[in-house]
Amino acid sequence: MSNVIKITTPLSDEVVNSLKSGDQVSINGVLYTARDAAHKRLVDLLDKGEKLPFDVKGQIIYYVGPAPAKPGAIIGSAGPTTSYRMDPYAPRLMEIGMKGMIGKGNRAKNVIDAMVKFKSIYFAAIGGAGALVARSIKKVEIIAYEDLGPEAIRKMEVEDFQAVVVNDTSGNDVYKEGMNKYKK
Amino acid sequence: MKTVEHTSIIDAVKNLSMEANFDLSKDVVAAFEKGKEQEKSPTGKAIFSALIKNQNIARDERVPMCQDTGFSVIYVELGQDVHIEGGPLEDSINEGVRQGYADGYLRKSMCEPFTRKNTGDNTPAVIITEIVPGDKMKIIVAPKGGGSENMSRVTMLKPADGKEGIKEFVVNRCFEAGSNPCPPVIVGVGIGGSSEKVAILARKSLFREIGSKNPDLELAEMEAEMLKKINDLGMGPQGLGGTQYALAVHIEKFPCHIAQLPLAVNICCHAARHKEVIL
Repeated sequence: MSNVIKITTPLSDEVVNSLKSGDQVSINGVLYTARDAAHKRLVDLLDKGEKLPFDVKGQIIYYVGPAPAKPGAIIGSAGPTTSYRMDPYAPRLMEIGMKGMIGKGNRAKNVIDAMVKFKSIYFAAIGGAGALVARSIKKVEIIAYEDLGPEAIRKMEVEDFQAVVVNDTSGNDVYKEGMNKYKK
Repeated sequence: MKTVEHTSIIDAVKNLSMEANFDLSKDVVAAFEKGKEQEKSPTGKAIFSALIKNQNIARDERVPMCQDTGFSVIYVELGQDVHIEGGPLEDSINEGVRQGYADGYLRKSMCEPFTRKNTGDNTPAVIITEIVPGDKMKIIVAPKGGGSENMSRVTMLKPADGKEGIKEFVVNRCFEAGSNPCPPVIVGVGIGGSSEKVAILARKSLFREIGSKNPDLELAEMEAEMLKKINDLGMGPQGLGGTQYALAVHIEKFPCHIAQLPLAVNICCHAARHKEVIL
């Protein structure tokens, strides 16, 4: 693997533009979690012109629905969920300043285009390695939609959260590049 | 006639639900080791190492290897000379799931399809029952994640499509699934039967030990050919590029109607969870 680039949230445009597809990153700072049901509620609020439960400006949204924490633990297993289900909502959040998304799996073309337009990055964490990923999560707080259970919006503090840049602000895609390199 | 108490079914389902989520079977871990050795991409190799590390943490700390602890597929092979006492089979299975998911701190992922309201206890389970000769009861608990299940498909091919059509569909399904189902994956294939039978065949094929050879030589050849074609696409672990996208292809076959060639592809993520017990 190449050198790991350390980044800290919130992300500036300068940092976002410096990241290239295939880069290994170590993310530090705050992440906000949201998946299917929470995204729907966020976009419903935007449709109504209302305020979101947190300021997405410069922030990274992590697509995850963690397992419950065992007694004494900060969180249960917490790996990424499949991102394409958030494709219908993601461009709206980029438009108002979201700078990154963490998940797994391919994004739609219009979402990749939105990343170029609004300067945002799509990162992938290792899907299915939830017990390992949870070790980088140091603090968790539910900040909205507690009724959604695993889908509630959580504010997480992370240290050395490992991910890879899939789509950068120039429209590159590591899934395509990686495949082309090993295709027979 | 043998009597099985419903409480032993509850306990079995409860314990297997936890064990399946905390500890992968030996064959899956062995497949990771082999995959790591064979993988050409450095990133792919690192992913295999991370998966092995993740499995060790889950096993040692008794936490689920993946936060998506799945919907519960419970496969029951029920000997026809078994009498279940104390309560209905279905209720006992669901009670076992309820207890296992609560006590094991496993994620509850079942919801009402329209309102999306969570049922709160991961029930109801998807129960597949087969009545077989004998006085034993085999229960397989196979939690399955939503991400890889979403990549599965059932299709009705034309008889003229034949073996080539089957291979093409399966390989193409993996290509389209790409990085979504958490590769490295195991590809379960059902051929024949009917639209519902073929889906069960594909599901059951995933219970076979990874790395074991299909006793049907024709199917074994097809499995090897499809595995090579899928891995030659270059998608690799997590779809980030590499040579080990799939760890295995498993086929189950059944006769079908003269007008039909049903085909099911059940893609299973690397967390290929299944644990069984005989009561």
